Amino acid sequence: MTTMHRNKLRLLALATSLALGIGAAHATDITGAGSSFVYPVISKWSAAYAEKTGNRVNYQSIGSGGGIAQIKAGTVDFGASDMPLDEATLAKFGLGQFPDVIGGIVPAYNVAGIAPGKLVLDGQVLAKIFLGQISNWSDPAIAALNPGLALPSTKITVVHRSDGSGTTFNFSDYLSKVSPEWKTKVGEGTAVNWPTGIGGKGNEGVSAYVKQIPNSIGYVEYAYAVQNKLGYARMKNAAGKVVNPETASFQAAAATADWSHAKNFNLLMTNAPGADAWPITATSWVIMYKQPKNAANSKVALDFFRYAYSDGKSAATALDYVPLPASLVNQIEGYWKAEFKR
Amino acid sequence: MSSNPAIIETSRIDRRSSADARHDAWFRRLLKACALLVLAALLGAALSTLWGGREVLFGQGLHFLTSDAWNPVTDDYGALAPIFGTLVTSVVALVIAVPLSFGIALFLTEIAPTWLRGPVATAIELLASIPSIIYGMWGLFVFVPFMARIEPGLSATLGRIPLLGKLFDGPPIGLGLLTAGIVLAVMILPFICSVMREVFQTVPNRLKESSYALGSTTWEVVWDIVLPYTRSAVIGGIFLGLGRALGETMAVTFVLGNAYNITSSLLMPGTSISSSIANEFNEAVGTHRSALIALGFLLFVVTFVVLLISRLMLRQLARREGA
Repeated sequence: MTTMHRNKLRLLALATSLALGIGAAHATDITGAGSSFVYPVISKWSAAYAEKTGNRVNYQSIGSGGGIAQIKAGTVDFGASDMPLDEATLAKFGLGQFPDVIGGIVPAYNVAGIAPGKLVLDGQVLAKIFLGQISNWSDPAIAALNPGLALPSTKITVVHRSDGSGTTFNFSDYLSKVSPEWKTKVGEGTAVNWPTGIGGKGNEGVSAYVKQIPNSIGYVEYAYAVQNKLGYARMKNAAGKVVNPETASFQAAAATADWSHAKNFNLLMTNAPGADAWPITATSWVIMYKQPKNAANSKVALDFFRYAYSDGKSAATALDYVPLPASLVNQIEGYWKAEFKR
Repeated sequence: MSSNPAIIETSRIDRRSSADARHDAWFRRLLKACALLVLAALLGAALSTLWGGREVLFGQGLHFLTSDAWNPVTDDYGALAPIFGTLVTSVVALVIAVPLSFGIALFLTEIAPTWLRGPVATAIELLASIPSIIYGMWGLFVFVPFMARIEPGLSATLGRIPLLGKLFDGPPIGLGLLTAGIVLAVMILPFICSVMREVFQTVPNRLKESSYALGSTTWEVVWDIVLPYTRSAVIGGIFLGLGRALGETMAVTFVLGNAYNITSSLLMPGTSISSSIANEFNEAVGTHRSALIALGFLLFVVTFVVLLISRLMLRQLARREGA
């Protein structure tokens, strides 16, 4: 019954696309699984892509760990992970990986009297706050970065993620890069041993806590800070310049990160060197077999991401993601030609 | 001629009864299979969590049980903080829910006018049918801000009491063990209360009326007649509630604060076994995943121990009553 129904729908979609003269010869269903970070934008892309080509992309948002497990088991055509796979794993399974979309992570705060974008922080201070060493908003280290800003003498409540997440991975990676003490005491990972603070589940959990708890600070994906009207901090980046979290600075981070020397795009964009680069910029990686069992599906998957890089840009921007810069897309296209069986 | 009608009759009865016996035997087997299925499922679940957590349970052994570290970066795991949080929130929930349920159940069976009993009892049972995620949302968006407002008051008053004051000394963020305990109390209240109400109704009027006739007050009737008569069932109801509190996940995850802490203050954030699993399982691989499954096994153990204690308590009571 459902199969018939689905077939009918597929026929209908095919007929429509043929009638419009833009359809492919026949429709293919491909499947992907993994990171919840990219789920909103992939589902939007797949809807638009299905309309254009008739090929459908089914993406399951089961978390990066799950995505890696699924692609290793070969049950999906592509996996998506917020954490890149290392060289050895890629080689062992014959996998390749490339970035799909960019997102920014911002420190979000709730301090009465300090409007969004008014607070300036740098990596050192942020690390000390999350280590629990700076525990008062009027701390001289914060005041030094914010001359002229009236900082209240209240205790800081730190909010972090309670679930394992790519956001935490990139955030802790940034703190590890800028603070040797963070690196030795805490380190980096999708979940870490937090020295202080409370944990919220998901970006929505952290946003809700920051919104409710006065004098709190957390870290969320940029979209959540904007949509929840949270206070977000400006950051002093690796070049020593204070930058705003916005599309341009996220893209600057992606453009100035040294991708050309990163084999299999195994590079985190945190603490990127560019003068305008936002220091906590993240991406997630699509993971696929270089010699896939189902070559036809794999081809459609690559075509889907090609579509996403070009026509999918506006959809990404509408969801507060940032499309990859052209230079990076060129490198990815080159990587496909060199590494993937066509 | 040769066959006697009476003999034919008995042989038919024999046949009938042998068929009946056969059906009975099958029915018995079917029932046994049903019961064994539950046992097999329980044993299977316990063993598979033991198997899944073997890397941590057997690899780290005692360290896993006695350490309060939880560091996914260095793969150093200890179950003490989640166990602590689970037990503390459940105890807080019981301390609040048991007297409250007792009062409600007594009111409904002894004092309330008949027209009020039905609606209130239904309302309490409805409380039990609210999904826990709704309790979590309510807890996070309504109750946590409320707690954040009253916690400074708690610290300033109860926090001054020597020794006990340590329990209420902490940052007023609204999240934490106390908040989770109170939300849990609301969640388990209907279970405990319904059991109590049901069993209080089974007390024969004869007994109560005799006591009243001897000049007892309502309280004396309740304390000396109703409670001793229903004691074991009341304890059963309390442990039913405790079982639910120990395993509750979503609501607790929202309001507990999810920090691996062992503190003396109820206002501090903590974590529980089930909320740790719910939080981290999605992205956990390797040893981390094994540690979470091992936590699941520990929850089995904790629940089993609690059940065992309740059984022992009941047996002790029965012995005392017998003497």
